[in-house]
Amino acid sequence: MSLVNEIDYGTPASLSGKMVTLTIDGNEVTVPEGTSLMRAAMEAGIQVPKLCATDMVDAFGSCRLCLIEIEGRNGTPASCTTPAMEGLVVHTQTKRLKDIRKGVMELYISDHPLDCLTCAANGDCELQDMAGAVGLRDVRYGYEGDNHVFAKSDGHANDRWMPKDESNPYFTYDPAKCIVCSRCVRACEEVQGTFALTIEGRGFSSRVSSGMHENFLDSECVSCGACVQACPTATLTEKSVIQIGQPEHSKITTCAYCGVGCSFKAEMRGEELVRMVPYKDGKANRGHSCVKGRFAYGYSTHKDRILNPMIREKITDPWREVSWDEAYKYVANEFRRIQYQYGRNSIGGITSSRCTNEETFLVQKLVRAGFGNNNVDTCARVCHSPTGYGLKTTFGTSAGTQDFDSVEHSDVVMVIGANPTDGHPVFASRLKKRLRKGAKLIVVDPRRIDLVRSPHISAAQHLQLRPGTNVAVVTSLAHVIVTEGLFDEKFIRERCDWDEFQDWAAFVSSPEHSPEAIEGLTGVNPQTLREAARLFATGGNGAIYYGLGVTEHSQGSTTVMAIANLAMATGNIGRKGVGVNPLRGQNNVQGSCDMGSFPHELPGYRHVSDESTRDIFDRLWGVKIQDEPGLRIPNMLDAAVDGTFKGIYIQGEDILQSDPDTKHVAAGLQAMECVVVHDLFLNETANYAHVFLPGSTFLEKDGTFTNAERRINRVRKVMSPLNGYADWEVTQNLAKAMGLNWNYTHPSQIMDEIALTTPSFAGVSYDLLEKEGSVQWPCNEKAPLGTPIMHINGFARGKGKFIRTEYVATDERTGPRFPLLLTTGRILSQYNVGAQTRRTDNVMWHEEDRLEIHAHDAENRGIRDGDWVKISSRSGETTLRALITDRVSPGVVYTTFHHPTTQANVITTDFSDWATNCPEYKVTAVQVGASNGPSDWQVQYDEQARQSRRIKILDAAE
Amino acid sequence: MDSESHKTTAEKLVYMANQIATFFHSQPMDEAAAGVAEHINHFWEPRMRQQLFDILDQQNNGLDPLVLEAAKQIRKPGTVSV
Repeated sequence: MSLVNEIDYGTPASLSGKMVTLTIDGNEVTVPEGTSLMRAAMEAGIQVPKLCATDMVDAFGSCRLCLIEIEGRNGTPASCTTPAMEGLVVHTQTKRLKDIRKGVMELYISDHPLDCLTCAANGDCELQDMAGAVGLRDVRYGYEGDNHVFAKSDGHANDRWMPKDESNPYFTYDPAKCIVCSRCVRACEEVQGTFALTIEGRGFSSRVSSGMHENFLDSECVSCGACVQACPTATLTEKSVIQIGQPEHSKITTCAYCGVGCSFKAEMRGEELVRMVPYKDGKANRGHSCVKGRFAYGYSTHKDRILNPMIREKITDPWREVSWDEAYKYVANEFRRIQYQYGRNSIGGITSSRCTNEETFLVQKLVRAGFGNNNVDTCARVCHSPTGYGLKTTFGTSAGTQDFDSVEHSDVVMVIGANPTDGHPVFASRLKKRLRKGAKLIVVDPRRIDLVRSPHISAAQHLQLRPGTNVAVVTSLAHVIVTEGLFDEKFIRERCDWDEFQDWAAFVSSPEHSPEAIEGLTGVNPQTLREAARLFATGGNGAIYYGLGVTEHSQGSTTVMAIANLAMATGNIGRKGVGVNPLRGQNNVQGSCDMGSFPHELPGYRHVSDESTRDIFDRLWGVKIQDEPGLRIPNMLDAAVDGTFKGIYIQGEDILQSDPDTKHVAAGLQAMECVVVHDLFLNETANYAHVFLPGSTFLEKDGTFTNAERRINRVRKVMSPLNGYADWEVTQNLAKAMGLNWNYTHPSQIMDEIALTTPSFAGVSYDLLEKEGSVQWPCNEKAPLGTPIMHINGFARGKGKFIRTEYVATDERTGPRFPLLLTTGRILSQYNVGAQTRRTDNVMWHEEDRLEIHAHDAENRGIRDGDWVKISSRSGETTLRALITDRVSPGVVYTTFHHPTTQANVITTDFSDWATNCPEYKVTAVQVGASNGPSDWQVQYDEQARQSRRIKILDAAE
Repeated sequence: MDSESHKTTAEKLVYMANQIATFFHSQPMDEAAAGVAEHINHFWEPRMRQQLFDILDQQNNGLDPLVLEAAKQIRKPGTVSV
């Protein structure tokens, strides 16, 4: 094993198609026009010394180390800023260049500490490397003069010296080691797009500064790590590297947080993770990361992890640690007893979007082949199930149409009900990069999200609609496009059913769908809406990105179809830069859906009533799969309350915290006789569990994740599971205990079974992933290397289907008792229910959920910023602290759901999407008032949770 | 009108069926009933369909007329095998 070394070409690649040929040090090199001489040289294997250049950011030309000579030209130009041209003859090493470089290095080193042996960058320092490369042997200037290195000189304080900034929990800034190459500043601007860093002062006084000479933690810094990665010295260094030392080997793996699915190098020393560094060849993230993937992995070794299986007869008993065998035997006996007593369909399972494809496949296989029913569902039920339904109905495939690279070709981007800078930060950075180059942005969101206005980004239009009126707004956009004749007739005639289009066009053209007519419902200015529609239809390549603000509504599926209609009507499908792109919440939501986690579908989105599909699995598994759909999560809970559903195996999901109407979820779980939770921690659901099976983290197993762009990426094991077994092994052992004859010895064999049974995965294998890095499904005979962009020459279903999308107001309405609308979301530093991120230093950015409320609504209620407030709905009430803001409109309040003590889902109701039962998290009618402290429910819940987490310590004699 | 949370399963099923009907009301009339039936056949577990048939047997069951029309095309679940 060794470190995965990535070549730094010094400057970004040129995308030009025109090639030029030149000679560098006697070697003939052909590169695309616009390539720098530095990069051209590197491609020929010649490394020109450099300090301020790195290929993640544009050339800057400040360090004067990368000088070269060109025959026929005067002077010594910088190779990073000089473009390659046809016929140039370049020399990178001459007497003159050597002298200049040595002189430059001498100056650098004269103002740099010489503590290399004890420096955290020892072994990974570009300054040290360059001193070696130019043959620096002596510094004639000495170290005594003006400097930034020593706190004192001649017994007096050195005003130029600045202490280390250790405010950020994950990295330090040591100004004494800074060479002011400004790579960090440029990474913050160009890669991340936050503009938190700058160079203050001039000349010798120039210093890197976060914000207005603030600490990193107090500045606008979002801790994405791009600056740390860019730093060539120990100035910006991961604290983990300072503590542990340099890594000695690394493996490429995939982040286990959001649906962007970034590729990382897990850099290791033995089995200890030293740091996670984004991988430049990762096709989702292209070398960038966010604070979660880059730094928030500490939960994997957190003391709260449960490492031994536990059981208890009653949920009021304390937990009792048992052997794995005893736990499997207990579950198998209980499940068989329940089925004997209450019928075959009285048990089920939930697969996890945080587990691998292989693990998810096994859980649904256990349910279908072992339990003998189709009662399997997954957390996508509560997030993107409407995407599956809506896109399958209109396009024929339950997935986004593009790859993330596509955004680089978009001219107009519409973001609907998503907050990418918090929820999908790495995609947001790529989007912002494109916006800074001139693409236009339309935001449709009840809240003024950061994208609406942030440094160098400004949305052309923000349709600040009332929660719950997506269908009215998107249909009205279509109204403008159709009535003003802005639709793409050629595309529609070629790719879609023309009669269906005409029916739909007549529907949307009706005056009741005009922006003026819906203003009263939606609160959106008609002129703004018209301009947004015109911009989207006529602005060039138009792409739509959407999130849970679209799906988590009573009309979630209808909105997805309305979005698909809009894309088809404007011809924005089937090429780069366009498309319909669901931003998936969790890393493997796409994968868990693909793997047959839904109760009505076998892997590859094939309905269980389809005999030929069932046949494939019946034969391979030697069972008879039921031809009827099983229960969805909310239906399981209803059936549990009704007494016909009694046992469940939940892998890696915390339904008690993440699902709506907590009291109903608790009642359902309480009514069951055997609840098995397979997780890293005693999560909230485990308070109601009878069996706890310890889970493993993404660092502890092999497998694959499929991200929002359908990209199948490898997850690689870098350390042994602390609990002893990868999750797929636990599921397999449980299956064996239930009498199934499974003998997988490696997840690759599970992928082979997926490929064998599922046409869209037919070509996928670990060998292929090893060769290609990743592939996007469909990957089969027709597309052996996968499919970056879908529906290129026609839709998967044949003709694209236009569907009428009538707005129906949700029954969750405001009234005198509950006059405000609550909507929910996510924050950058935390992830989902927070089970992982709350167990990292990310809590420094968000230690509690806050209720965002407009100043008008706050004033009416006598609420000040930071006050404890009670928020109540028809379902329940909870308390949290208020945050007064103008990001939400009057009448709308907003909160996150990362902390179990807040229990935001006590308030959310049981309303759900008409087609998929996806809960309506995004609209709840509430009242907000002053409060003295936690609600009765919070106090009771806290006590119950504390009681149920007791673990009985066994006597030594036992 | 305030809706109440924590409904019974039967109340929820009526609500869900009516929600589906509401969507198909806006679709072309000749497809509407078939659309409701197909949707329920595709996504409702036999227990839920059985409960729906029990509800259909009652007077004033609160179901949308389109659900009543679709009922003919909704598959009756067979006996649940044990």
